[in-house]
Amino acid sequence: MSRRAEPSERPDSLPRFHRLSKIEPILYLAPFLVGVIVFTLYPVIHVVFISLMEDYNYLTRAFSRFGLGNYISVLGNKYFIQALSNTFIYVLLVIPIATCIALAAANMLNQKLKLTGLFQTAYFLPMVTSVTAVGLAWRFMFNERIGIVNFLLSLVGIDPVGWLTKAEWSMPALVIYGIWNILPFTIILLLAGLQSVNPMFYTAARVDGSKGARIFFKITVPLLAPTIMLTTIVNTISAFKVFNELFPLFKGQAGPFYNLYTVVYFIYEQMSGKPRLGRAASAAMVLFAVILALTLIQLLIQRRWRGTGKG
Amino acid sequence: MSKTARAAIYAGLILGALIMVFPFYWMFVSAFKTTQEINRFPPTWLPGSLRFDNFAIAFQKSPFARYFLNSVIVTASCVVCTGFTTILGAFAFSRLKFPGREVIFSILLSLLMIPFEMVIITNYTTIIHLGLNDSLPALIAPFTSSIFYTYILRNFFMTVPDGLYHSARVDGASNWRFLWRILVPMARPSLVTIMLLNALVSWNSFMWPLIVIKTTANRTLPFGLYAFTTESGSNPELMMAASTVVVLPMIILFLFARKSIVNGVARGGMKG
Repeated sequence: MSRRAEPSERPDSLPRFHRLSKIEPILYLAPFLVGVIVFTLYPVIHVVFISLMEDYNYLTRAFSRFGLGNYISVLGNKYFIQALSNTFIYVLLVIPIATCIALAAANMLNQKLKLTGLFQTAYFLPMVTSVTAVGLAWRFMFNERIGIVNFLLSLVGIDPVGWLTKAEWSMPALVIYGIWNILPFTIILLLAGLQSVNPMFYTAARVDGSKGARIFFKITVPLLAPTIMLTTIVNTISAFKVFNELFPLFKGQAGPFYNLYTVVYFIYEQMSGKPRLGRAASAAMVLFAVILALTLIQLLIQRRWRGTGKG
Repeated sequence: MSKTARAAIYAGLILGALIMVFPFYWMFVSAFKTTQEINRFPPTWLPGSLRFDNFAIAFQKSPFARYFLNSVIVTASCVVCTGFTTILGAFAFSRLKFPGREVIFSILLSLLMIPFEMVIITNYTTIIHLGLNDSLPALIAPFTSSIFYTYILRNFFMTVPDGLYHSARVDGASNWRFLWRILVPMARPSLVTIMLLNALVSWNSFMWPLIVIKTTANRTLPFGLYAFTTESGSNPELMMAASTVVVLPMIILFLFARKSIVNGVARGGMKG
């Protein structure tokens, strides 16, 4: 007798746990799914609608027109255009530099040396600490008058730099902090990649008489290429959301002269004060479009990589 | 490896380590300096004396004790709630059979690429409609379940042989009992990693509190610290003392649990 056919006809005669087993998965899933549906699935769908509603009032849920008005207004907003270009510049500066430094650091950490535990602790520390708190330390280090950065520069004869007060130096300051911040995560991913490289490749290279630098560029880098690509994409996605870093460095403003708008800062600003959620939502959709494109590239790489059996 | 190569690598590693650790060093030393000393140029590498006054003054000027308590409450609640929903969800997706299991799971996985910045808008309105605006529950409610952690734990549960499950069931153990008595103890390393990562993210969270919290007494540490720098003037030595209070718990956690945290991050558990 199959118990799937029976319950609807004679539920009372079934043993307790058989009835339970039908609804049991629901009971296990409910706490998890409620959170996911209310705070992820529903918002994803809802935000698309908000982005299409002009003058959306979140209290009354009223709006004036339904259409592409918010997108037109956001894409025509000079601060949003500035935010997009700043964000792209930030990503294009931070990611390549951080990846190169991380590659060198990961390679050094991967050598069989003493004290690697101590070195790892030092290199990974920025990953676990609050961006706001450490950002304040950087703000103090970047101080034009008494900062340690300008002091070190003065030792080599460079005049004080207005890192946080001059428009032209604010992006370099943000980029330096950004690189320092993203390094631990990047090093960890690359180090994990390095540790999965078959040591036979190195032995073979050494038998052939290859030296350190040659091994690094001819063997390590090519073998690590898929990991480097994936790390780059994951980092690009996270750097594209640059936001928190601005608060400690520039006292909550988008740069000293409101010259450092980023995409997420723009979204935040639309939500604060008198909220314009329609415009915030359409800006968020633009952000999502970029992230979706990057994610698709990531999936393509992962598929090809798996296809060639290198993974 | 030749001796010179080894020496060069050590030199490189030490230089890098100094750069990575320096901001922390500078934060801690500056927290002990007097106003006169901190304004001195060239700066002093070590504080003239170990004064704890800066901490006392910072705590007086701003309710950091309250912020600290709020951060502890929010972080602990998020970790416990997420841990609970993750265990149950991962169990259902790995052991229980129900129609559409794989379809539902792949829909959930596709949601992983959704940036929080995108759902934040609707979540803000949801919190207001739930009447939770400007309260600690507003900082907890959206973070009681995580698709990513559930995915990690489900993958672990899948590696446990079916035979173990069937023999436990034959012996009369209920699913509930099997889950908590056998599976959860086996999954302890994975669970610890998940909870540590969750605690880090929750403790350092900034944007969401910034949007939903209005009252001073409901701020968490990073937000309170930021507010402190804009509200109470900007004496660098006080700022550094307050920052030290924010980063110290996570540094201590990291010193004790580095391997779990690093392994978790290597599996992609933090950013993206």
